[in-house]
Amino acid sequence: MKRKHKRLTFVAIGLLALGTATALILTAFEDSIVFFYSPTQMTEKPLPPDRRLRLGGLVEEGSVARAEGSAVIRFKVTDLVHSVPVVYEGILPDLFREGQGVVTEGRLVAGVFQADEVLAKHDETYMPPEVAEALKESGKWDDIRGAMTHQGPPAVAAD
Amino acid sequence: METASLGEWLDMGGYASYVWPVYGIALAVLVGVLVHGLRALRGEQTALDGLRRDLPSERESNGEA
Amino acid sequence: MLRYANPNRFMRLARVLTPWSAGLAVLLTAAGLWFALVDSPPDYQQGETVRIMYVHVPAAWMSLFCYVVMAVSAGVGVIWKHPVADVAAKASAPVGAAFTVITLISGAFWGKPMWGAWWVWDARLTAELVLLFLYLGYIALIHAFDDPARGLKAGAVLALVGVINVPIIKFSVDWWNTLHQPASVVKMGGPSIDGSMLVPLLLMALAFKAYYIYVLLVKMRAEITAGKVRALRLRQVHGTA
Repeated sequence: MKRKHKRLTFVAIGLLALGTATALILTAFEDSIVFFYSPTQMTEKPLPPDRRLRLGGLVEEGSVARAEGSAVIRFKVTDLVHSVPVVYEGILPDLFREGQGVVTEGRLVAGVFQADEVLAKHDETYMPPEVAEALKESGKWDDIRGAMTHQGPPAVAAD
Repeated sequence: METASLGEWLDMGGYASYVWPVYGIALAVLVGVLVHGLRALRGEQTALDGLRRDLPSERESNGEA
Repeated sequence: MLRYANPNRFMRLARVLTPWSAGLAVLLTAAGLWFALVDSPPDYQQGETVRIMYVHVPAAWMSLFCYVVMAVSAGVGVIWKHPVADVAAKASAPVGAAFTVITLISGAFWGKPMWGAWWVWDARLTAELVLLFLYLGYIALIHAFDDPARGLKAGAVLALVGVINVPIIKFSVDWWNTLHQPASVVKMGGPSIDGSMLVPLLLMALAFKAYYIYVLLVKMRAEITAGKVRALRLRQVHGTA
């Protein structure tokens, strides 16, 4: 009986220690685990230049522009507080459109994000097209849309 | 429920080459694991029966397999 | 639970439960597939690719569930010397690993059309891959020692240490910026999935659960029988009557 209790205690303490260590390590490496920076983070945080970064947020409404006969596309990524202009040449995913979530990878050069990869990000709401139409018509659409910008550290500038 | 044709259903809105492999692979893996397990069970049961026949003096004091 | 530490008592129960769990698994799978592939609508945003969710999400849930069962069983087996617990851990490992593989592959086939990438190293995907390595590591460890008891002890340590990965996987989408979207079912405020899609999702989840119970019973019976075979062979060799 005593030896069983000893074993159990060791296991419990070990797990507790492991949990604490993991929490500490993950907090310390927060920066590296972040898959993308929000526009606010990219605007406010001093990031080392010439480093490959990812920018994530929403495609700003009305910001998508493609010059005549050019494969280059320009748009802005916003988190509704700040927005960063992006320039990109390449394939866009099916889901890419204004108001849609997006994660793009590249380099920030003189305030413009030179992207070489653009991924679409979708939210966690699922519904048939008819339901979506009904919600849009009744004006309840924005309440339902998933919180794209509410992931990870807050996008709102701290004040 | 729309009445789509079989062809439309198989086409999965153009995403057939993504949807069907998922179901196929999941089925193959899960059936594979199951078949492997059933074979192992049958094999062990056969071995046990064989050993019990060969050792008639073995009294199973604690129930069947 | 302590009653079923006796392998033979467990075996009697297992033999009874096996056909029922098999029947349940078949019924639930049939119903789940019907709703997943035929009788449910496409998504307003993701179209027919949403049907991948009906495999991916239940598989992901099972990958976590089987791991917890495996870790707890391994711990109980090592701490309380519960022989059936050891067997449960050993049997759960390959099934859990299979579900993890299905999660990763179905996720890739979902990510390519929707995100635009087969794989990204975001927190959730990476952590799920780590889970697969934990499963494989456990399986390797329990077979790595001549003395099976030492193997089980080493495996239990790895399994228990790895448990920390389960909440990491679950909460990764909340703690960090990830490409993978946040939870749709188990979260504050209730599910953000339409009822017509929740039905196939839950049916498939139950089907996978029933399948796991069925396979677990089969593999545990095989393992316990194998133990008897080994014991009888030893007696055969030593010539005791």
